[in-house]
Amino acid sequence: MARFKKKMAKGVPAMNTSSLPDIIFMLLFFFMVTTSMREVSLKVSNALPKATDVAKLEKKSLVSYIYIGKPLKKYQDKFGTEPVIQLNDVIASLDEVKDFIANERASRDEVDVPLLTTSLKVDKDTKMGVITDVKQELRKLNALKINYSSKKADKI
Amino acid sequence: MARPVQEINAGSMADIAFLLLIFFLVTTTMDVDTGIVRKLPPPIDPTVKPPEIKERNVFVVLINAYDQLLVEGQLGNIYSLREKTKEFVKNPYNKSNLSESKEVVIEGLGPVNVSDGVVSLQNDRGTSYEMYIKVQNELASAFNELRDELAKDKFGTSYSKLIDNKDEAKLKAIKDAIPMQISEAEPKDIGGGK
Repeated sequence: MARFKKKMAKGVPAMNTSSLPDIIFMLLFFFMVTTSMREVSLKVSNALPKATDVAKLEKKSLVSYIYIGKPLKKYQDKFGTEPVIQLNDVIASLDEVKDFIANERASRDEVDVPLLTTSLKVDKDTKMGVITDVKQELRKLNALKINYSSKKADKI
Repeated sequence: MARPVQEINAGSMADIAFLLLIFFLVTTTMDVDTGIVRKLPPPIDPTVKPPEIKERNVFVVLINAYDQLLVEGQLGNIYSLREKTKEFVKNPYNKSNLSESKEVVIEGLGPVNVSDGVVSLQNDRGTSYEMYIKVQNELASAFNELRDELAKDKFGTSYSKLIDNKDEAKLKAIKDAIPMQISEAEPKDIGGGK
């Protein structure tokens, strides 16, 4: 006599998730290696212009950044809507560029000082007036290596 | 009786890893910094007279407060700027209104005609940054294209490949043969707009 096995109410077998952490860790390490820590929180709008003939900025430790653009919405009550300069984490005036550059130089090794590059991260809707002022200031300080930060594009 | 070792529940390991992952995603940036590298002129010494340059050797590019271009005294546009710059520097037909050149022997290249041409760029305080970058970019690519042509002609490889291979000797020869002479005049405020 044939015996029939009683059909059990079998659910879907539990998926083996023991390798899931490994996969996630792999992703984590990938991101840790390919990205760099964000150093400042932006207080100005910063849509960079596009250019075709751009060069990569080498030696990130020797680069100091100056951000220029309109203040973000939440800071507009305080700083208005005209383009302003941001140094490190604060919105600064033109005179403070001098101290900023001096600070940047002091924090580097003496041999590296002539190699310091100033990267101007300027919003594309800014007028040249502010930028010219900053450039003149940098000239006075003898910080002559500059970089107009712009995105790589195939065609403008 | 030997009790079997109890397995550690690793189910929450993934959650911890996710948490870390998200933390890194939020706090880091992926952008590679790229840009147009320029060198500012050193501060002007008022006692030193500026060197005299013949008018034919200066290629004047003006941008006004309305983002209009004036190239060598004529209304220009951004699309023809590159070709005009190349023609000015190269001066293939020896026109008398384009740049002069003199033959210089460069190591690794032999005798080459090196142009004396200087591009003079002047902008107004009211010029938009986007336009300024466009112009800078066009000027840079004009020089890069010329260098590329020379590199292909003399070494059989493109200029960008020389940069990638860090072939310093050849790069120097090319740079000496086609110096990137972009001078920025002292700023002016004519347009009135800020």
